[in-house]
Amino acid sequence: MESAVATAAPQRAAVALRGITKRFPGVLANDHVDFEAAEGEVHALLGENGAGKSTLSNILTGLYRPDEGEILLYGEPREFHSPREAIDAGIGMVHQHFRLVEPFTVAENVVLGEHGSDASFLVHPRVIERRVAEIGARYGLDIDPRAKIWQLSVGEQQRVEILKALYREAKILILDEPTAVLTPQEADALFVTLRAMALEGRTVIFISHKLHEVKAVADRVTVLRGGRSVATVPTADATPHSLAALMVGRDVEINRRVEDGRSPGERVLSVSNLSAAGDRGALAVKDVSLDVRAGEVLAVAGVAGNGQRELAEAITGMRSVTRGEVRVLGEPLHTGDPRAAIRAGIAHVPEDRLGTAVAPSLSIASNVVLKSYRTSLASRGPLLLLEKIREGAASLIHLYDVKAPGPATPARQLSGGNLQKVVLGREFAGEPKVLIAASPTRGLDVGAIESVHAYLREAAARGLAILLISEDLDEILALADRIAVMYEGQIVGEVDAGTATVEEIGLLMAGHAE
Amino acid sequence: MLALERRLKQPRWLSFAVPIAAIAFSFALMALVLVATGHSPGTTYRRIWESAFTANGALTQTIVSATPLAFTGLAAAVAFRMNLFNIGGEGQLYFGSIFAAYAGIFLGRQGWPTATVIGAMVLAGMAGGTVLALVPGVLRAVFSTNEIITSLMLNYAAGYLLNYLIFDSHSYIRDATSPSAAVFPQGQMLPDSGSWPAWNLHLTSGGLFLPLGFVLAIAAAAVLWVLYNRTRFGFEVQVIGDSTRAARYAGMRTRRKILAVMAISGAVAGLGGASQDGDFRHLVDARGLQQSYYGYTGIVVAALARYNPFAVVLVAVLIGGLDNAGYTLQGADFPSGLVGVMKGIILFSALGAEVLIRYRVRFGRPHAEPAA
Repeated sequence: MESAVATAAPQRAAVALRGITKRFPGVLANDHVDFEAAEGEVHALLGENGAGKSTLSNILTGLYRPDEGEILLYGEPREFHSPREAIDAGIGMVHQHFRLVEPFTVAENVVLGEHGSDASFLVHPRVIERRVAEIGARYGLDIDPRAKIWQLSVGEQQRVEILKALYREAKILILDEPTAVLTPQEADALFVTLRAMALEGRTVIFISHKLHEVKAVADRVTVLRGGRSVATVPTADATPHSLAALMVGRDVEINRRVEDGRSPGERVLSVSNLSAAGDRGALAVKDVSLDVRAGEVLAVAGVAGNGQRELAEAITGMRSVTRGEVRVLGEPLHTGDPRAAIRAGIAHVPEDRLGTAVAPSLSIASNVVLKSYRTSLASRGPLLLLEKIREGAASLIHLYDVKAPGPATPARQLSGGNLQKVVLGREFAGEPKVLIAASPTRGLDVGAIESVHAYLREAAARGLAILLISEDLDEILALADRIAVMYEGQIVGEVDAGTATVEEIGLLMAGHAE
Repeated sequence: MLALERRLKQPRWLSFAVPIAAIAFSFALMALVLVATGHSPGTTYRRIWESAFTANGALTQTIVSATPLAFTGLAAAVAFRMNLFNIGGEGQLYFGSIFAAYAGIFLGRQGWPTATVIGAMVLAGMAGGTVLALVPGVLRAVFSTNEIITSLMLNYAAGYLLNYLIFDSHSYIRDATSPSAAVFPQGQMLPDSGSWPAWNLHLTSGGLFLPLGFVLAIAAAAVLWVLYNRTRFGFEVQVIGDSTRAARYAGMRTRRKILAVMAISGAVAGLGGASQDGDFRHLVDARGLQQSYYGYTGIVVAALARYNPFAVVLVAVLIGGLDNAGYTLQGADFPSGLVGVMKGIILFSALGAEVLIRYRVRFGRPHAEPAA
């Protein structure tokens, strides 16, 4: 380590990327990207999905090699042939999906794969634990080094990832959408840590598409759009609107749901005292009761992993119910059977688009009739009406403006936004009475989010009862009439969407019920 | 440097061109082996072609070899399409042979007319294969047991049952009367009414005989094609094969489909066993069946045919021809091992080339490319 003691000397560029180009078959992921982050700086990398943020960070961490361009670290040109070399050069990465071994302890995960200069065959757990605790204390990353990963909350697991990077003496830390899994309060704590690291002369590269976060934590921001770097600006000079315009290339509306003065209709979905087990067998949904009326959007907010997914699955029959009942228009539903839920008029937009909502290798046409293939729309007796199926898919593609070569295109070739349009189109076509939408815009870009929101609003206006499950407060505020907050499997509070504040909801999400 | 990149689009012509190129490549590679061992590639290839297809009666013999492979290939393809790995075609074929023999001998002795005896043998053979295939099927559907292990193990169980019935017991299908049976135990000959017909198409000089079994294999391929491409059942199988979660989400009854597909797969393999009795061997040939490895070869056939039923029949004929040529070629000047090497190279190239359909190969260092 040539400069183990990073001084708070005048800001020089810790990382400089010049003319980075990376091509994938059919895609130009990075197109001559220039990027510079100084020592002691928190630098945000802002862009929509598909703007090239992940590719750029993968290049910087040695996972990909650029087709063109050069990487300079502290002024010296470097070439990484593997992630190992990037780690040795002092670059640490905190991925969106954690790379942790669940049955291992925090300390064990921190030293995993580590074989530095003092590497010996033997591991000294006490020494490592002490160091991990030291680093944690220094940066406000409060965590027990001997806790097993699976015992930790998602926010704590993220701290372990950061600890891992710090333990390896990362001078440059990249975080890929780190707040996606955090409550607003946890996010604030993370920002404090990041500032502390910057103060020590480290460089933090913060990848995000959330404007207010970028404003809150970063010194400067570089905006990527369509694989190019379009601007680097000090955050002090930027407004959420100017950043959004840079990111999308046009002005976007950021606002709440337009109040259209409708009064909600009859009670369509009625869930009472519902309990369901999680994947590990413990109760994940505990005694949940809620009602959704026709034309109403009830949002269930909460940090990921508090039983929302299980709630959605229990209502839609994907998960068996241990107690309680679900009624649709007063009729009790035979739970634990997706087919019964479909028959009762429950449409479902699942969280996992490619793995659950569609059969990825099959054509758009097949996926459009995924639920209706048993009806006269798609079959006569045991035989499929292929022509009718193809026409139906073609009209859905047209109606929902799906960008796809045609009905025969495999679903996996569609972008997230287009795939979601296919899913929404299919679910609405079944003339449902209630829609359960779980994170319907996760991973979509701003344009696609807008259109998904528009479709959901339209559906509610037509009288559909919508249960929206989301971790994105912006989305919830944009769509919901009422907001129920879920924490550890229970509904801990309900607030009116018209008057609720982010802070109020955030406190409930963190389990601080009044 | 060499890199594999996933193809964004898989052009249709590739799925034809790649296997053909693979076979051409394997012949070129084999030519080197032949030259190295002192044989003329040209002569050898000509002899293969002749003894597989053009010589007197060669095509008939090839079809005889191809028939069981078509059945076991279809059986494997049917199940593999749903990601259900029925490796038990071998044992299911034995069971088909046993069940068909019971039906044929019993009804033949009762003096039933030929058509009914044959019909009964077909149904019994299918039932035999189904019975055995449902064991791993039920275990998979109810207990999520790995069907690869269970169906494979049952092959050995079926083999032992076959040995027991023919060699170690006085079963109904064992020959207890003929003089040769006293020296060497063998199956009971089927009555004449249990002998399946073959039709001479008079296409080649020595006549081209199509046995009933081969006709049934083509019919089965057609039925399965319609079932998988034109029906609700086939649609469900496709969805389940691609994503069980999506299938559950769509309200499909996955367990029932597992049972149905295993039953169909077993029935097709069992039909292959019945055809061995009725078309070719006219008795339960315990040793012959076990030495042929039809079930395992069928898996290779299915893979080469990319699970397309009609392609399965075609590939079965090609592999059958190669088998045939192998018998003709081997002799004092041409060791049988060399025939095995040849088959191995062809199979390896064909299966190895699969990857080229889904991926493209890029040469050179990735960043040394000219700008686009």
